[in-house]
Amino acid sequence: MARIIVVTSGKGGVGKTTTSAAIAMGLAKKGHKTAVIDFDVGLRNLDLVMGCERRVVYDFVNVINGEASLNQALIRDKNCNQLYILPASQTRDKEALNQEGVGKILDDLKKDFKYIVCDSPAGIEKGAHLAMYFADDAFVVTNPEVSSVRDSDRMLGILASKSRRAERNEEPIKEYLLLSRYSPDRVKLGEMLSVDDVQDILSLHLLGVIPESKSVLNASNSGTPVILDEKSDAGQAYADIVARYLGEDKPHRFIEDKKGFFGKLFGGK
Amino acid sequence: MSLLDYFRISKVASASLAKERLQILVAHERSSRNQPSYLPQLQQELLEVIRKYVNVDQDAISVNFEQDENQETLELNIVLPETQR
Ligand SMILES: Nc1ncnc2c1ncn2[C@@H]1O[C@H](COP(=O)(O)OP(=O)(O)OP(=O)(O)O)[C@@H](O)[C@H]1O
Ligand SMILES: [Mg+2]
Repeated sequence: MARIIVVTSGKGGVGKTTTSAAIAMGLAKKGHKTAVIDFDVGLRNLDLVMGCERRVVYDFVNVINGEASLNQALIRDKNCNQLYILPASQTRDKEALNQEGVGKILDDLKKDFKYIVCDSPAGIEKGAHLAMYFADDAFVVTNPEVSSVRDSDRMLGILASKSRRAERNEEPIKEYLLLSRYSPDRVKLGEMLSVDDVQDILSLHLLGVIPESKSVLNASNSGTPVILDEKSDAGQAYADIVARYLGEDKPHRFIEDKKGFFGKLFGGK
Repeated sequence: MSLLDYFRISKVASASLAKERLQILVAHERSSRNQPSYLPQLQQELLEVIRKYVNVDQDAISVNFEQDENQETLELNIVLPETQR
């Protein structure tokens, strides 16, 4: 049975697109046929993070409007043949997406794909609503920072009341916490909310902690999802997250400040 | 964190302040999330009724919905203008 995963947050710029690209690649590399959809109509970005921006011909809205078939619009990833990208439209028409059209595309994708990852736009407007409406699982990306935690809580309320599962009184969306841009050294200094602090407030199932990492910018510069940078801390964090999501038992990493005395002495990063 | 940090005068740990503020805020927002959807209209209609008798401001009336395990309470607060006596 195919599963629809929404990567959501409420707040902007917390790492949804980074996460969508990484986990879609991770799932595909594990052999599961995966599609990743950019719901950020008007602000397409997933194509850049996936490095397929020059191969975009048709987009999500073209498919909804019947101007292209799903197969014409889906872009096969250059690194993994189990992964396909459906880019967002750059139209400024806010009404370009509609529930019926999105539902139909997702139903079509479900016939062929195992996982469908929906990269939500920020906010709680139409695009964010449609990205989460049909979801089975929600990856709530949160930064250890007050406004991000608050917005995540707000988004949890929306997932629980406004999704199709909620409206149909079905089993609720499974919610997972992905705590991103985490700096164990700042947590230790009492400058940053810890995993436990965030969990005391949100109490979600923690899928993983992604450290603040230079590798994320390197990855987006080159248009390769950071999970492919297997030596990087963020890449490993995402690999763990995918494994845990698929039911593997992996102890959590990147929560403790691992640097030894000498690392600290010389201000290593 | 570098050697210098060890000598830095320790500031108030801002993370604990953040947590405290969040706990209060989130609890408040969760309780208002469960409010019945008729509340705003109820508030508007009450205001109209009261205005038949007293000339109050739009914000003179507040309706609060509280929910705990045993009961739901609707708390109504109307502030009358000082001159109306
Ligand atoms: N773990 C991380 N370490 C360092 N930088 C990160 C990390 N995760 C994301 N970033 C950076 O944060 C910025 C925003 O990331 P991203 O675009 O994934 O967020 P978003 O939630 O999709 O944003 P939007 O709400 O605008 O869609 C990017 O510049 C990205 O490189
Ligand atoms: Mg994004």
